[in-house]
Amino acid sequence: MFDLSRNHFELFGLPVDFIVDGDALAERYRELQRVVHPDRYASASDQEQRLALQQATQVNEAYETLKDPVKRAQYLLGLKGIDMDAQQETTRDTAFLMEQLQLREELENARNADDPEAVLDELMGRIGTMIRTLVAQMAIQFEEGTPEQLEAARESVRKMQFLNKLHAEAEALEAELEEQL
Amino acid sequence: MALLQIAEPGQSAAPHEHRLAAGIDLGTTNSLVATVRSGRAETLPDEQGNHLLPSVVRYTDEGVVVGEAARRAATSDPLNTIASAKRLIGRGVGDIKSLGDGLPYEFVEQESAVPRIRTRAGDLSPVEVSAEILRVLASRAEATLGGELSGVVITVPAYFDDAQRQATKDAARLAGLRVFRLLNEPTAAAVAYGLDREADGIHAIYDLGGGTFDISILRLHKGVFEVMATGGDSALGGDDFDRMVAQWIMDQAGIADDAGHVTLRTLMQQAREAKEALTEAGSVALTVELPGGGQWRGELDRDTFDELVDPLIRKTIGACRRALRDAGITAGEVREVVMVGGSTRVPRVRERVGEFFGRPVLADIDPDRVVAVGAAIQADVLAGNKPEDELLLLDVIPLSLGLETMGGLVEKIIPRNTTIPVARAQEFTTFKDGQTAMAVHVVQGERELVADCRSLARFELRGIPPMVAGAARIRVTFRVDADGLLNVEAEELSRGVKAEVTVKPSYGLTDDEIAGMLRASFEHAEEDMAARQLAESRVEGERVIEALRAALAADGDELLNAGERDRIDAALEKLVAAVAGDDPRAIEREMKQVEKTCEFYVERRMNTSIRQAMAGKRLDEF
Repeated sequence: MFDLSRNHFELFGLPVDFIVDGDALAERYRELQRVVHPDRYASASDQEQRLALQQATQVNEAYETLKDPVKRAQYLLGLKGIDMDAQQETTRDTAFLMEQLQLREELENARNADDPEAVLDELMGRIGTMIRTLVAQMAIQFEEGTPEQLEAARESVRKMQFLNKLHAEAEALEAELEEQL
Repeated sequence: MALLQIAEPGQSAAPHEHRLAAGIDLGTTNSLVATVRSGRAETLPDEQGNHLLPSVVRYTDEGVVVGEAARRAATSDPLNTIASAKRLIGRGVGDIKSLGDGLPYEFVEQESAVPRIRTRAGDLSPVEVSAEILRVLASRAEATLGGELSGVVITVPAYFDDAQRQATKDAARLAGLRVFRLLNEPTAAAVAYGLDREADGIHAIYDLGGGTFDISILRLHKGVFEVMATGGDSALGGDDFDRMVAQWIMDQAGIADDAGHVTLRTLMQQAREAKEALTEAGSVALTVELPGGGQWRGELDRDTFDELVDPLIRKTIGACRRALRDAGITAGEVREVVMVGGSTRVPRVRERVGEFFGRPVLADIDPDRVVAVGAAIQADVLAGNKPEDELLLLDVIPLSLGLETMGGLVEKIIPRNTTIPVARAQEFTTFKDGQTAMAVHVVQGERELVADCRSLARFELRGIPPMVAGAARIRVTFRVDADGLLNVEAEELSRGVKAEVTVKPSYGLTDDEIAGMLRASFEHAEEDMAARQLAESRVEGERVIEALRAALAADGDELLNAGERDRIDAALEKLVAAVAGDDPRAIEREMKQVEKTCEFYVERRMNTSIRQAMAGKRLDEF
């Protein structure tokens, strides 16, 4: 069997760390797909084709996980013995939640603003900054690596999910406004 | 002069046999076949020197006519002459109705989910019509190359959904072709442009064909084509331009909408000619025979034409904007914009697309042929004729795949623009106490309501142990292969009850229907079927033998100990003997045996390749 004991980082020959060199990751990804992609086995036996399909699927899965900070953080927590149920967990930080409510309200109001694009632009810029700040915090939390810091990283993941969702909704509204042009 | 190749010692010693392969662009309006000969990819002409085969099939009392002769009869024999079958392929009866009155055929309502067109030759599905076109192209390639094709690459619009892809593959199966891969048209065009050679960076491929529109954003890096995002409209193309012009003529000339098949066909034809003339000319004179007798004379100028088609072009620009957003880039980051498809000859299209991306568009390869040429290059690679080739295509699914949940809502399992192949699983639970079955409804599309998405398949998972609501854990796994085709599995985790479907039923032909069509295509059904089965088994068996011998020559000595090698050699010899015989079942049996014996070896080989690919990388990293 394809060596399933290897974790995603090992598969890509990268150190097990939250900070990932994006260029190196993309480069390794292409090298791995060159070897395992089903196109390489189009004339091979059915068995080899099945295996290639399985492995290319896993390489894609690993790449998706390592590329995205939230998925990467969750995966890394899992490797460190903290299994989060991302769909169920939510932050209890009331100040953060209040801020989310306010941002949501701003997003709702953007639609009816005089210049919706400008309002949306500014709002998305702010959300982007918050996301970047959280990612930077996570880098430090994983670097420290103490049980307390890992719990803090888990909390960061919960918050990131809020922000990502909000950002996606802002993008959807932007798309909708563009369609109306 | 070509230089002779000499293998390095220890490398594959088995002389590689050049396999014949072809790329087929199965278009809405025209189709083409191309192949790589002496290192050059070229489209192949018919005996009269025509490269384009009009995608029109006519059923006459004397037999099936495909191409130009059929197209010419479209007006005189509209009900038995099927054009634009690609617009119908993989679609349900409901979709066809919504495609409008532009389709002058007689549709038959019946039990099968696939619409049939009533013709002189019987009630035919679009899959059978498309198979006729594929047959003509494949035999053109075989006649030119002087041998049997080992396989083909068929292009499909990037925006084709699962049902349309599956139906295209079914058509190839009916035509007796082995499909190496379904390839997205814009990706094929990117390959043809040889963008890998010199132009690393981000490229946009704008592909407006006769009936479909695709936009793909690709990143090219040292021969790897990574599709970042794709979008489009699988029912928008040059035919719609013609329809706008035809409608304009009808309004001007006072022709009623229900003027009849022949009038509509004639008008569509005139509209098309007017559109083509306007590529060069500033205006075009029109003379239309009125259904009630008499004539209408008028003139269509470029400005009026541009106004007519602008709303359609605007729709394509909207899709470009979405694709850029999905790719997470701006128009300014796109290095080149490549134009593909006959409809990009319309000057207004080039102008507007150039404006949107802020740079002149590229159209130096014939937009009609570029897709077939790209498909031929990929077919040659997949046939194994270029083992050292750097070319690799990483494509995506165009539309999100999901499941129906309570309240008619869609839960997305795999979002659009995810790189394939991919597998994703999600857990669901029961809604009622003691619920023992679960209906799984697979859908494709971006909308939140099931009713607004495309229904792909329905199946049931039965035998769930009765528990309180919310206690059962049912894992549904979606797997999409490198052709973009979906397979769904549902499993109850505590008892391991499983159900699995290869998605096709909703709008597809069932396996039985295809088998029936295959049988019908042989006159002396039984003997021919048996002969065909033997021939197919032999080809398969030979493929396995050749692949295994090449593998053993390459690394058998390194990876196998003497005992392992003996076992594999013994299984291989039995298969060689079976292939020499004439019992297809014996061939199948020995093939299975070889597979089983080689399982560990195949895995060992692949893991070795991965290690080799990653070797040396770590040293400079740490």
